Amino acid sequence: MSLQRRHPGLNLGAAHQEADDASEVLVFGFWVFMMSDLIVFGLLFATYATMLGATAGGPGPRDLFDLRSAFVETMLLLASSFTFGMASLALKYRRDRGRLLFWLGLTLALGAGFLGFEVHDFLAMIAKGGAPSRSGYLSAFFALVPLHGLHVTAASLWLVVLTVQSLVFGLDTRVKTGLLRLGILWHFLDLIWIGIFSFVYLAGLA
Amino acid sequence: MSGGRQELTPEAARERVQELRACVWGLGLALLLTLVPFALVALGGLPRQPTLWTIGLLALVQIVVHFRFFLHIDLSRQKREDLQLILFSLLILLIMVGGTLWIIFDLYVRMMPAMLP
Amino acid sequence: MSGGATWDPLLGRLGLDALPFWSMIEHPTRPEIVNGSIATAAASVVVLGALAVVVLVTRKGWWRALWSDWLTSVDHKKIGIMYVVLAFVMLARGVVEAVLMRAQQAFGLGGGFLSPEHFGQLFSTHGTIMIFFVAMPFLSGLINFVMPLQIGARDVSFPVLNSISLGLTAAGAGLVMVSLVVGRFSTGGWSGYPPFTELAYSPGVGPDYWIWSVTLSSLGSTLTGVNFAVTIYKQRAPGMHLFRMPLFCWTALCTSILMIFAMPPLTVATLLLALDRYAGFHFFTTTLGGDMMNYANLFWLFGHPEVYILILPAFGVFSEVFSTFSGKRLYGYSSLVAATMVIAVLSFTVWLHHFFTMGQDADINAAFGIATMTIGIPTGVKVYDWLLTLFRGRVRLTTPMIYALGFTVLFVVGGLSGILLANPTIDFQVHNTLFLVAHFHNMLVPGLLFGMLAGYSFWFPKAFGFRLDERWGRISALAWIVGFMLAFFPLYALGLLGMPRRMVAFFQPAYLPWTIAAGLGGLVILFALFSLVVQLRVSVGAREANRVPVGDPWDGRSLEWATAAPPPEYNFPVLPEVGSRDPFMTAKEAGAAYQEPEAYEDIEMPANSALGALLCLCGGAAGFGLVWYLFWLVVPALAVALGALIARSFLRRTTRTIAAGEVRRTHRHWLAEVSRTAAVTRAGECDVRNRGRAVPAALEAAE
Ligand code: HEM
Ligand SMILES: [Cu+2]
Repeated sequence: MSLQRRHPGLNLGAAHQEADDASEVLVFGFWVFMMSDLIVFGLLFATYATMLGATAGGPGPRDLFDLRSAFVETMLLLASSFTFGMASLALKYRRDRGRLLFWLGLTLALGAGFLGFEVHDFLAMIAKGGAPSRSGYLSAFFALVPLHGLHVTAASLWLVVLTVQSLVFGLDTRVKTGLLRLGILWHFLDLIWIGIFSFVYLAGLA
Repeated sequence: MSGGRQELTPEAARERVQELRACVWGLGLALLLTLVPFALVALGGLPRQPTLWTIGLLALVQIVVHFRFFLHIDLSRQKREDLQLILFSLLILLIMVGGTLWIIFDLYVRMMPAMLP
Repeated sequence: MSGGATWDPLLGRLGLDALPFWSMIEHPTRPEIVNGSIATAAASVVVLGALAVVVLVTRKGWWRALWSDWLTSVDHKKIGIMYVVLAFVMLARGVVEAVLMRAQQAFGLGGGFLSPEHFGQLFSTHGTIMIFFVAMPFLSGLINFVMPLQIGARDVSFPVLNSISLGLTAAGAGLVMVSLVVGRFSTGGWSGYPPFTELAYSPGVGPDYWIWSVTLSSLGSTLTGVNFAVTIYKQRAPGMHLFRMPLFCWTALCTSILMIFAMPPLTVATLLLALDRYAGFHFFTTTLGGDMMNYANLFWLFGHPEVYILILPAFGVFSEVFSTFSGKRLYGYSSLVAATMVIAVLSFTVWLHHFFTMGQDADINAAFGIATMTIGIPTGVKVYDWLLTLFRGRVRLTTPMIYALGFTVLFVVGGLSGILLANPTIDFQVHNTLFLVAHFHNMLVPGLLFGMLAGYSFWFPKAFGFRLDERWGRISALAWIVGFMLAFFPLYALGLLGMPRRMVAFFQPAYLPWTIAAGLGGLVILFALFSLVVQLRVSVGAREANRVPVGDPWDGRSLEWATAAPPPEYNFPVLPEVGSRDPFMTAKEAGAAYQEPEAYEDIEMPANSALGALLCLCGGAAGFGLVWYLFWLVVPALAVALGALIARSFLRRTTRTIAAGEVRRTHRHWLAEVSRTAAVTRAGECDVRNRGRAVPAALEAAE
């Protein structure tokens, strides 16, 4: 296979022959699973759109959203996608655990920062009378956006688990294929966030 | 499975630089595509309708950018399973989301105008 | 939590009134006693059945074997068999409930013996069970068992995930069974439409049972879909191009793709409903901006592709059966593949035909009506291909073939009634009547159930090493066919006469003859089920006489028949090289079957794992806890599940090696058996001469 990549997507390259072989099936399987997840998000976006008018006299986007905070969250997540990209490069070309762990740690910190801001946002919304039980519109918001947050939480947990494993086992095949899949998840969540900041926050405040 | 750094073959080194460049490009483009719509909304320069269109369009472009530069999905002639998978998924997604909006908003117009935004 | 009634932190909503006989004791009126007795009898069957299994396993000392050979096994063949066992157990309950409903309506003029509440539970559990816990496990089981063998693989791509999927499905089924004993199931039908299933109108535990059992099963099915699709893409033997795969694998692939994309809408629908019920959200409520129409939309975004998930594998089975028992290549292979793919994609474009009457524009109805009718075209292509496969074949009327022929005729009738319903103007007339019930059973019983039963008798010898009793098989198949016609054709008439579905009683005397006829059909179906049990009993008793150790009892064409019956754990001692479609038939005709490989190698197989069993327990416990508001049970159950998944990811030795020497010994042993065995012609197919070695049809003349 030499340097010829198998997947057009993320891959480990020839320097990791064994892990690359193992990842062939795992990564494809994970892609398929992500596409199934994509449908979940797509339908929640659609539901959100159909609920835009269902504020039932309660607060709407303008009363509840904070553009500045949405911006900070967007930046944090975008930066984390970049740092994860750097982590993948460190894994692929350097096989340098120190550098890899540095980038992973940074990614985790950015993810945690994102979650912190998000939780703060939700609490602020609820304090302003925007709880999910207030209206169909708020129900739809609180199904879509926190589900993304939940995914980020799960991804962060996975990141911690993989970090611990790389300390225990070194960069073995299982850790490498795990990082490969986590990368897909992480970038995928950033894609979903593009939808959220554009169609929920920006469109709501425009 | 050694932990330390290793020398890269020239070929691999070239590829590394390529991918590094992709990462940085991705970051730059994504930043631009994020800043513009946020600025539009924050400064409120355009009327509402064109603003919404711009936001939507830039979001689509940014999604493509992320695919291209962060997930390394492109139109190269290597095995295309991932790309086919993604395109098929997008087709199904389009049917489901488009159909939902079509049906539900039609129902609102005919029976529940209060639900229209 | 905004649960309607009060609940206790320790007992949740559990109380004595959760027992099926409680209200009969409190209010001993005649109807209460009748309904209470039936419910209590059903609960006792569940409890005593479970008890009997425990006693039997203990008496025979089978616990260890059950645990290490089955429950923790990740072998696709064993998982497949467990799925089918689950399906049969649930089928028994589903059919008994169906017959009870038919009996109620046969006596239903002006009353009948069941309460509306009880009848509501019956059609809800029957529908839910038949779709999620009979049909889905049955087809997942058949695909699991057959597909890896047919593509020349050693296992599916993710064996442990496979066992987790089984665990989740079983947990959902367990929840439905528990609902018979503790509390009540939903009365909201298999589709669970709000606002009726919202807390305001159904404050009890019923809809929660429905939500969590269906959610568990849909998660399991999503993962199964991923697993199968990846297996077919990545695990095929060398030379097994996609277009050399047996048709059953094609249908398995398309079904998996449908599962991947169609289960998420169901998960979304049930979870949003759960948010409404548990956390006071307003997705589908009647107040504060809820919109129940979106539920119908989401549910059928799943529901329509679902019926193709159900029917495509049956198409695959029938394709194999027609060609094998006609001794011919499948006619029109490429057109069958194309038709399967077209059906799969089109099935995402028609969901609105389930709610033509909801109030949208006529244009929208027309668009979806036309899309629906176009599905008839590829389906028609398939029927012609099957008929042409029979044409000038050497047709043997074995049990699977009887199912297949019954299917072909009945399925066309059902399809025609479907084309009628696809026309919105006609649908407006018969919507929500028994005409619809007749139509979808006309697709599901001959289409799905006959297909699964045909597959069961077709592959049973492969799985267990002996043939099923042919006489009882034929009796059962004929009883299913006759019983189906008697039970469901009257429903077309009833529907046209205007009788609504889901009705406990009626006051129109003109319905009565038809409901009585349908009731008799129910009895014939009960007999058909009974004869399946007899068949199994008789066959197990006579297993020594009916052994087919060589593994090819039907003169098969694809790779699964090239192995011993039952096949070794690793399926193939050396992965086969495939050079054509129907590779095993090609080899037999060239006299090249049953050859010894040049060299043997060590084989690495996935090691057993308790993860699936553990997640089954955790999922079941979490579901039960959620139903009854026992949150002290939910939290640890989910925590254990998460902990187990993480712990598993720390495991580094997940495979086990089978030494080349052992593989050689097993294989040589079998090859010796093969050469000792006399090949039979098709004349001896169904008697004791058949030891699983066939004279291929093409060479029979020379024999
Ligand atoms: C074996 C013979 C069967 C009989 C006698 C039977 C009978 C019935 C009856 C009496 C009903 C209620 C009709 C009404 O609403 O008044 C019903 C509903 C239903 N059946 Fe069957 N059935 C059979 C097999 C199946 C199978 C194999 C499936 C699916 C794989 C199935 C799926 C359903 C569904 C989805 C409903 C609708 C439940 C609801 O209204 O929510 N049935 N059946
Ligand atoms: Cu349909």
